[in-house]
Amino acid sequence: MASMRDIKRRKGSIQSTQQITKAMKLVSTVKLQKAKTRAEQTNPYFNYMYQTVTSMLAKSGTMNHPYLKSGGSEKKAVVVITSNRGLAGGYNSNIVKLVTASEDLTPDHTEVYAIGSKGQEALERRGYEIKESSTEIIESPSYADAAELCKHVLAAYAAGEVGEIWLAYTHFKNTVSHEPKLLKLLPVEFDKEEIREEKSSDLLMNYEPGEEEALDLIIPKYVTSLFYGALIEAVASENGARMQAMDSATSNAEEMISDLTLKYNRARQGSITQELTEIIAGASAIS
Amino acid sequence: MADDSRIFQVEIITPDRVFHVGEATMIEFNTAAGEIGVYKRHIPLTTVLAPGIVKIHKDGEEDVIAAVHAGFAEILPDKVTLLAEIAEWPDEIDKNRAEAARARAQERLAHKTETLDVKRAEYALRKALVRIDIAK
Repeated sequence: MASMRDIKRRKGSIQSTQQITKAMKLVSTVKLQKAKTRAEQTNPYFNYMYQTVTSMLAKSGTMNHPYLKSGGSEKKAVVVITSNRGLAGGYNSNIVKLVTASEDLTPDHTEVYAIGSKGQEALERRGYEIKESSTEIIESPSYADAAELCKHVLAAYAAGEVGEIWLAYTHFKNTVSHEPKLLKLLPVEFDKEEIREEKSSDLLMNYEPGEEEALDLIIPKYVTSLFYGALIEAVASENGARMQAMDSATSNAEEMISDLTLKYNRARQGSITQELTEIIAGASAIS
Repeated sequence: MADDSRIFQVEIITPDRVFHVGEATMIEFNTAAGEIGVYKRHIPLTTVLAPGIVKIHKDGEEDVIAAVHAGFAEILPDKVTLLAEIAEWPDEIDKNRAEAARARAQERLAHKTETLDVKRAEYALRKALVRIDIAK
């Protein structure tokens, strides 16, 4: 049995760790609240953007626009959104796993635009080429950041350097459930059935300027808004994941502490009993 | 009510918030093809926004005015939705900053260099002018 002093020391160290995880949980709870409100505020914009673009494309299915067909290159660009900090449970590794497990995204045909250093490091280790890395964006994502990123990625697409654009991020379903997602952004692909539904309910839409020019202008905005939405959701998910991880760490620590307290008391009792036995044995030997 | 026939829904949505939701009898805004005014029962139209002032006319109430830069508008017979990248109320605009931005853009356009993105500078100038205009 471990000595009383050892148990006490271990208990102390667990207690201080628990204090840290507790504090981190509180911090991420507050951050989550903020991120969640923000995610809710931005939601209408994306829904509308998605609806508009879907209904536009539903009517322009035969159009021969560069954004609608795959580029010449075999290479694929993937924007990977992770966090800069760890201690968020499986948050970062889930995204990395999703990317590496995907058959479309092999290390030799993929260029990674990394947001968040954790994902960048992990993908670099696995032999992916990191084309660009912006770690600060995720701290406080703004629409301008998303637009800048979109410009770079679209420039590579327009120049034929990459043939497809993908996006990997964590979808924020609610506070307790977040789902890593991998989306193909360009060339645009939509669920055929979904389009058909929209088609029947929609009126005949006119475009000004022409349909192609409108697509030229709207698709970059569409991609930007998806990036922005993904960033906002990723921040919310990160804090949600961290809150959960810290919550379970705190309760695990609690469990360990109560276990150790029991052991400590038993050891103390044991040592008292032993002492007593020794004294009694000594006394009886004398008399 | 007789007036119902003239009233339609207006929504202005930006990435950060739902900027404005309300009713209107007419809305004016600036598109890439020039300024337009929309009444109820307009033909369905999707158009690209240019930096400009949005004026929402209401029945028996004061007009609502805001600055909108970039984005696009979807016009349906009974609803107009502006998806704007940036939208601002007049009192949210920092006039001094806008003046500075105007001076900067003008300066850039006056001394053209090879590296200058003329379109971008012109766009910045237009945005600044709209802001100054509406903040008055």
